[in-house]
Amino acid sequence: MHRRDFLNSIAAAAGAASLAACRSQPPALPPGELLGTSLQIGHRLREQGLPAASETRKVPVLIVGAGVGGLAAGWKLAQAGFGDFLLVELEAEAGGNSRAGRNAVSAYPWGAHYLPLPTRESTAVRELLAELGVLHGDARAARPVYDERHLCATPQERLYFAGRWQDGLLPQTGVSADERSQYRRFAELIEGFAHRRDASGRPAFALPMALSGRDRDLLLLDRSSMREWLLAQGLDSPHLHWYVNHACRDDYGTSSAAVSAWAGIHYFACRDGQAANAGSDTVLTAPEGNAWLIAGMLRSIEARVGQRLQTGALAFRVDGGDGGGASDRPIAVDLWLAAEQRTLRVLAGQLIWAAPLFLVPWVFTGHGELKRAASSFSYAPWLIANLTLSRLPDERSGAPPAWDNVLYQGNGLGYIVATHQQMRVWQGATVLTWYRSFDELTPELGRAALRDTAREVWAEQILAELEGPHPNIRGLTSRLDVFRNAHAMVRPLPGLIWSDARTRFAADGERLRFAHADVSGFSLFEEAQYRGVLAAERTLRRLGVRFSSSLA
Amino acid sequence: MKQALLFSVFIIASCGLAYELIAGALASYLLGDSVTQFSTVIGSYLFAMGVGSWLSRYIGQNLILRFIQVELLVGVLGGFSAALLFFAFTWSPAPFRLLLYLVVFAIGVLVGLEIPLVMRILKRDLVFREVVSQVLTFDYLGALAVSILFPILLVPHLGLIRSALLFGVLNVAVALWAWWLFREQLPNAGWLRAQGSVALLSLLTAFAAAGELTSLAERQLYADEIVHAESTPYQRIVLTRWKDDLRLHLNNNLQFSSRDEYRYHEALVHPGLATLPTARRVLVLGGGDGLAVREILKYPQVETVVLVDLDPAMTRLFASAPPLRKLNHDALNSPRVRVINADALQWLEESDESFDFVVVDFPDPSNFSLGKLYSASFYRLLDRHLAASGLAVIQSTSPLYARQSFWCVVTTLESIGLLVTPYHALVPSFGEWGFVIAGRRPYRSPQSYAVATRFLSPETTPALFVFPRDMTRVDAEVNRLNNQVLVRYFEQEWRQVIR
Repeated sequence: MHRRDFLNSIAAAAGAASLAACRSQPPALPPGELLGTSLQIGHRLREQGLPAASETRKVPVLIVGAGVGGLAAGWKLAQAGFGDFLLVELEAEAGGNSRAGRNAVSAYPWGAHYLPLPTRESTAVRELLAELGVLHGDARAARPVYDERHLCATPQERLYFAGRWQDGLLPQTGVSADERSQYRRFAELIEGFAHRRDASGRPAFALPMALSGRDRDLLLLDRSSMREWLLAQGLDSPHLHWYVNHACRDDYGTSSAAVSAWAGIHYFACRDGQAANAGSDTVLTAPEGNAWLIAGMLRSIEARVGQRLQTGALAFRVDGGDGGGASDRPIAVDLWLAAEQRTLRVLAGQLIWAAPLFLVPWVFTGHGELKRAASSFSYAPWLIANLTLSRLPDERSGAPPAWDNVLYQGNGLGYIVATHQQMRVWQGATVLTWYRSFDELTPELGRAALRDTAREVWAEQILAELEGPHPNIRGLTSRLDVFRNAHAMVRPLPGLIWSDARTRFAADGERLRFAHADVSGFSLFEEAQYRGVLAAERTLRRLGVRFSSSLA
Repeated sequence: MKQALLFSVFIIASCGLAYELIAGALASYLLGDSVTQFSTVIGSYLFAMGVGSWLSRYIGQNLILRFIQVELLVGVLGGFSAALLFFAFTWSPAPFRLLLYLVVFAIGVLVGLEIPLVMRILKRDLVFREVVSQVLTFDYLGALAVSILFPILLVPHLGLIRSALLFGVLNVAVALWAWWLFREQLPNAGWLRAQGSVALLSLLTAFAAAGELTSLAERQLYADEIVHAESTPYQRIVLTRWKDDLRLHLNNNLQFSSRDEYRYHEALVHPGLATLPTARRVLVLGGGDGLAVREILKYPQVETVVLVDLDPAMTRLFASAPPLRKLNHDALNSPRVRVINADALQWLEESDESFDFVVVDFPDPSNFSLGKLYSASFYRLLDRHLAASGLAVIQSTSPLYARQSFWCVVTTLESIGLLVTPYHALVPSFGEWGFVIAGRRPYRSPQSYAVATRFLSPETTPALFVFPRDMTRVDAEVNRLNNQVLVRYFEQEWRQVIR
């Protein structure tokens, strides 16, 4: 601190002291709502108490689930000029894990909040970004120009470590020389994987993951956990382990001790996207998180083929598409329309299942092998909170506020600032989005905690944790909304990525295809969009519709 | 009697620890590196206490008198310690360390005397075993109480100066109480009471005037008389005067000196505006002092000047205070001027007005918030408000002291496709200062000035555009919101100047 800043802080403290004298009781918890994925309607699946169909309708292509996967499928169909499809969604709005909220201060995410610069292989992502006007010029250029409003402003991330904020997420203060050399060794190992190609020239770790190399030693990485792999490399630095664990929790909702080493390394080694007007670590973001991509796909579909989305529709029974002699019959899908309190049967010529795979055993009839395969998928629960503040809270010393703000060894994964991209010199009111995974519990216990804990308990925990770096955050928080997501994302546990169970869902069927990030084994925008576009292209091919591929 | 003394042990133990914590915290604030500051302060303090305890052997008689005197000394010295150290630092950081350790040592010695004295006083009434047990218990309890209160209540709510004064009052109160209890046994009781009362009064006065103390310290920082000081939500505005020189400081950075500000503002406005004989609409971003507006209003063809400044306190001050209205020729009250208090970025995003001439007069890019106002995105936004044949001029820090920063502004303006003409002028209170004219058409410098000027003349104007060798162009990256390179350049370059 400069001495002149100190003078100012003394002056400010003198002013604050007179105010503080009037206030002795701790302020009550800020008001808010407890939100979440639709539990009641979803749980009706288990009860199977839904009525028989009151109407039957034929639809050439049905897409179940309007998250990123389902919307990407719809986007690709519409782009090919094919409009004979229906997109159904259980929730009241599309978006899945990329939904957002909005209040008088700002829009804010209720889930995914950034997109790394697209890799060379993410051709469909680049195409979408170009269509949305965020990628300028040649969509396949090595270093495209991106819209600066979406490139995360500096500073992008910081870590609260040993009582002060530092730049970047790798702990620095007081870290021993040996640990630092382990940092370097880890970076070198990752660098090696990032540049490695397999025997047939594919990148070792590609995004989308389906294009990754298949060398035996690479696939064997899926047998052990990320933590075991680090230790096997002689990397035992506790700070490095914290950092890698944070990354695994942040992307997979799962600790490094539980995540497959293949998935863990993939996180670090697959992202090679570059920009002409930004550093390669820059991410694309917006106040509403990734919801702008959702809105963009919806707009694109509507502009090309009109409104195709039906929300509040629960697909509770899928009959057919089970190969064999039944393949000449359409697939019957029963939809519970919550608003109309009735069941609609859709006879779908082609079905794109873009909902999570854990639903398959509850919904599909027949398909014994798929159901068995689906049972090997495990899901991480998440808690997300949005805190509305009258201004950015006071700071301990160190690096200035960043977009992503992480607390070392925190319960939560830190918070992002929704107003970070705002074109303002003076930051006024703001919204902070705080994330928590439940990797310290089993997913079942995490879900039980989500189900049974009151909003006030979460609010107290969150404020108590954030009071460490921000002593006055409690008084500034005017609202604290909490969102529960019981099955937020698939967990890439060892053995899943290269298992038959997963690849079974990636296969092309005659009438049935799966288009969800689950099919890749981890929940990333790029994966969900790839699965959606791939399923759409396979469907178009099956129907004999001409199109130009986004994936070739 | 016994209970009273034990309670006073509790108080003096709290005070002793408090001074130690205050000295450590103050040293960390002012000098940085809190680990070093705290460990050296605590170490010297404990050592001094040892010295005090050892010295206690030389106190033979009059134990109670000595105890009261020690308390009064600790109270005054400890109570004023934070204020004293703080003033010493604003005066000069160099002898500050010496003074810091002297003060810490002196307080430590006195505090070291306290407990042995109390034990010896109590020994007259209690067995030794009891004395040691009870005195040390209260000693440690007092320390616990303060170590908890210090970070939770005292520092955030009172600040360091007032906390120290508060504990000073407590020490003196203990002394006065002891005086009351033992007044029969004390020689010169009246004199002692007078000393105690003076100490108590001066500490209480200082506590009440702690706010004044802060501004007094601030006055040490500014050599000149402060004629106006105001903290707004956005900045601290301080206006100083020395003879006929008025100076404006925002957050302790000099904005202008009335002795040479005409050089800055003429150089900012006229090279651009003198080439635009049909300019009717002018925008000024920043510059709430109205001095750039004063120069603009010299042009009769200008019909409207829109001034966008974030801080209403700034524009209010410069529209109302007589000496400032005289300085800016009452520019902010002109019917041709529209003052808008808004965030410039937000205003540019939301407004669709366009202008023939735009003056961009923001503070230097010393942090990420201000760095946004020098980014390619900002200039793109600015370009949207520029008439087809319009020009913008941007104050761009010093091409001499912050050479790469200056050329970074030039590079950034070029990156969005504007034609750019850099120039510079000497403003003695700032040094060599840089400006950039940007527009969509080539710029030709003026052959003459139609308005009255004190600094610029047609003959010397070409020299503004010539950069001597030590200011010629250097490579710089484009300043973007997602890299903020300018803030990095600026910080590095000015750090070297200040050293």
